[in-house]
Amino acid sequence: MQNDSLFKTLPRVADGTVRVFIDGMPYQVPRGLNVAAALLANGPLACRTTVVSGAERAPFCMMGVCFDCLVEIDGVPNRQGCMTPVQDGMRVRRMQGARSIA
Amino acid sequence: MQKNFDTSDYDVAVVGGGLVGMAIAFGLAKRGRKVIVCDGEDNSLRAARGNFGLVWVQGKGTKCTNYARWSLHSADTWQGFSDDLEARTGVSVGFERPGGFNIALQPDELAAKAATMQGLFEAEPRLKYEVLDRKALAERLPAIGPDVAGAIYSPNDGHVNPLYTLRALFAAYEQAGGEYAPNANVSAITPSGGAFRLTVGDSTLNAGRVVLAAGLGNRTLAPMVGLSAPVKPLRGQILVTERVQPFLAYPTIYVRQTVEGSVMVGDSAEDVGFDDNVTPDVLGDIARRAIAPFPILKNVRLVRAWGALRVMTPDGLPIYEESTAHPGAFLATCHSGVTLAAAHCETIAPWILGADRPTLLDSFYAKRFAV
Amino acid sequence: MTLKHLDLLVIGAGPAGIAAGLEAQRHGLDTLVLDENAYPGGQIYRSVSHSPLADPSVLGADYLRGRALVDDFERSSVAYWPQTLAWQISQDKRVSVTRQDAGGGTLQIAARAIVLAGGAQERPFPVPGWTLPGVMGVGAAQTLLKACAMVPQAPMVLAGCGPLLYLFAWQLIRAGVGIRAILDTAERGSYRAALSHVGGALRSPSYLAKGWQLLRAIRRAGVTHIKHVEALRIVGEQQAEAVEYTVAGQVNRIETSLVLLHQGVIPNTQITRSIGCDHVWDDAQLCWRPRLDSWGETSVPDIFVAGDGGGIAGALAAEPSGRLAALQAAHRIGQLDAATRDSTASPLRAELARHNAIRPFLDTLYRPADGFRRPAADDTIVCRCEEVTAGEIRAMAKLGCVGPNQTKSFSRCGMGPCQGRFCGATVAELLADIQGKPVPEVGYYRIRPPIKPVTLGELAVAVPSPDGSVLPRAEFPK
Repeated sequence: MQNDSLFKTLPRVADGTVRVFIDGMPYQVPRGLNVAAALLANGPLACRTTVVSGAERAPFCMMGVCFDCLVEIDGVPNRQGCMTPVQDGMRVRRMQGARSIA
Repeated sequence: MQKNFDTSDYDVAVVGGGLVGMAIAFGLAKRGRKVIVCDGEDNSLRAARGNFGLVWVQGKGTKCTNYARWSLHSADTWQGFSDDLEARTGVSVGFERPGGFNIALQPDELAAKAATMQGLFEAEPRLKYEVLDRKALAERLPAIGPDVAGAIYSPNDGHVNPLYTLRALFAAYEQAGGEYAPNANVSAITPSGGAFRLTVGDSTLNAGRVVLAAGLGNRTLAPMVGLSAPVKPLRGQILVTERVQPFLAYPTIYVRQTVEGSVMVGDSAEDVGFDDNVTPDVLGDIARRAIAPFPILKNVRLVRAWGALRVMTPDGLPIYEESTAHPGAFLATCHSGVTLAAAHCETIAPWILGADRPTLLDSFYAKRFAV
Repeated sequence: MTLKHLDLLVIGAGPAGIAAGLEAQRHGLDTLVLDENAYPGGQIYRSVSHSPLADPSVLGADYLRGRALVDDFERSSVAYWPQTLAWQISQDKRVSVTRQDAGGGTLQIAARAIVLAGGAQERPFPVPGWTLPGVMGVGAAQTLLKACAMVPQAPMVLAGCGPLLYLFAWQLIRAGVGIRAILDTAERGSYRAALSHVGGALRSPSYLAKGWQLLRAIRRAGVTHIKHVEALRIVGEQQAEAVEYTVAGQVNRIETSLVLLHQGVIPNTQITRSIGCDHVWDDAQLCWRPRLDSWGETSVPDIFVAGDGGGIAGALAAEPSGRLAALQAAHRIGQLDAATRDSTASPLRAELARHNAIRPFLDTLYRPADGFRRPAADDTIVCRCEEVTAGEIRAMAKLGCVGPNQTKSFSRCGMGPCQGRFCGATVAELLADIQGKPVPEVGYYRIRPPIKPVTLGELAVAVPSPDGSVLPRAEFPK
């Protein structure tokens, strides 16, 4: 976990880790985390900038109702990170504003 | 709900606060008249909330060339109308007129559309158009997919944000001194000594003239003042996607990208009475209609959808009429409240105030429906 | 495109949905339970059967009790689809679902009855700065603990009120996590007002006892607990840096990088609204909920709501609620005679009544203050998705918008991906405040499918054209 994360991990069951790429950098992330939690564990805090004003946002509700944790996962933009379990080899990218069309 | 109206007379009462009513009301107020708009409730049926946003001319007028001319007149007036609204209110309604495309997936479809456009052009040479094959189309719309035969392009077409248009009209109307009464359903209109008394709940108000712009509600109001509004609902469903980076610089008849970046996809024409729900089968059809010409839309997400009820006369053409039994009572109805907003403000409003009725509007009397 | 037929479809695998599914199976109904998450348990029992914590006891006995229920469900033969989104229920009750786990695909489900068990969400808590990174819901932080074994790194601020806030504080203390302060927004006088309901509360003494234990533990841990906070403002440039709070008219400031907000939970009504169910305004709970009969059936025949989605009553009430809905569905389908249905239901109703008895007391004690439901500061963001402020909503009202739908169409408030989940309540409250009307008279957004965004591609394969062709534009009379 990054030093600048707002969170730390309590002692976990030994269920191993998976390798997840966040903005191109590899991280070992505990199996069973969702993407939003993986982002909160590995700073910086903001996971996107908004389409309206470019303001920075981070996960807010962790249950799929606020849509603030929208990130690009394996090439698909605007996926709710908190609703997506991490998988080995997953590629996560923070989003800036509106998604591209391609 | 009890209304406390100003007890002095209004010059004009407009029944209905949608795009037709507000465009006319603003046109009246900015010409110095004392106007009141009586509008329905927040959850009343409102065609004004269901628009696609096209300011469209091409393809119209096959049964009545004057309808094409009327649409063109309004489209030509739109830039000035938009500039006026923005200057008065600061609201930019996002009007653009780069021309528009009617895409054909099959060659025979393209040929049929071209034939239609040729006929219209011969009747009215200002209805310019081009027939584009797929290659030429791809130069203007790079996102176009492979399974497209071509398109008709016309420089007369454009698009706008219809909700911001209504919002700007509200602001401009109120700034010009117009009075707006929501939750003010008009239950009766009584002609009285050359003027009109409107009943709203337990209250009444008086106006020298009255304009019926209540959409489907006009059907019951019109006979009260000696007019006829044989309108019926025709449902249209529309999809709106998440915002995407700009990819479509022109409106097309089924797909347009808004200034904010979201993509609107329409539509349907369903005779289902007063049912404004969305249905999975039609949404699926509309989605397929978006993906066929623009395959890159396949992975774009639908964020919201709606159904709205168009206000349709038997032939789809507008009605603009003054009552002969009760002069001073006017009816205005159409199903293209966005395209015609400029003309309603700048041509219909002056006519209501006594200016000559343009001969163009001769085609739009309700008596054409009399058997 | 597949159309799947069922007796009973249950949407949501929290305690209400699980209980409904198990009950339905007992009566031989062909049942499917689906849920967006990867494991059953809903929010309250999130990850209880697959806890990542080496020591889940830090979460307390009430959480761990959910393990038995979830284990029963997982061991049962009730069909269960995780990671499945139900995004539309049409007028003829067909449900469009998309499966997001391996295998994927979109299909339609035609069930003879549907139990909606989608639960609740945290109530919007619009204060200036609430959209900054470093601000989350208390429920969100609790989910991070339950599902990911993650806790705040440094002492943080909890702001708001309500049982969930105190429960989480207690869990943090047990986990050895420091709390910088609790900024308690429960109003002065709410305790006295709640005492008039203490008779009901005493019918559920265990709730009262638990509450007292939580508060006592918080006191004993020496947590700074500032009461009767009147206003909040979270400040920071790119993320939360401090929270300013007002008590007795005086503004104070606490430096912190993490602020957790909570002022209760409200039913999630997106699906019930999208299918046109009648809703009632619950003035005690200050929320809308679907109108339900004593079995949980909505105003749309054969569609039921169980659990907190029908009104906040908690996890223990959710189970009998789910069972009652399943019993009536079973009877409706013809698998259960009325006498057996009623005799099975009788103890469930008694159980439900015991859990409901505490509600008036709790609802009054933790009633969210007007100022936190109706943000006074014009710069407060009301619609997080479209970044529409309270000031803009007031301007829309001045322009003539009397209801949320006109306000939405003029300001874009409510048009974003959350489709009003986090702004609908606030917009209605603000308009009610401006017009001096009760909230139910102001109305609510018209909610449409999709319940959550789905791709055009998923929509396109959801229903086939009769011949696979693209629908031509219907000819208008021209």
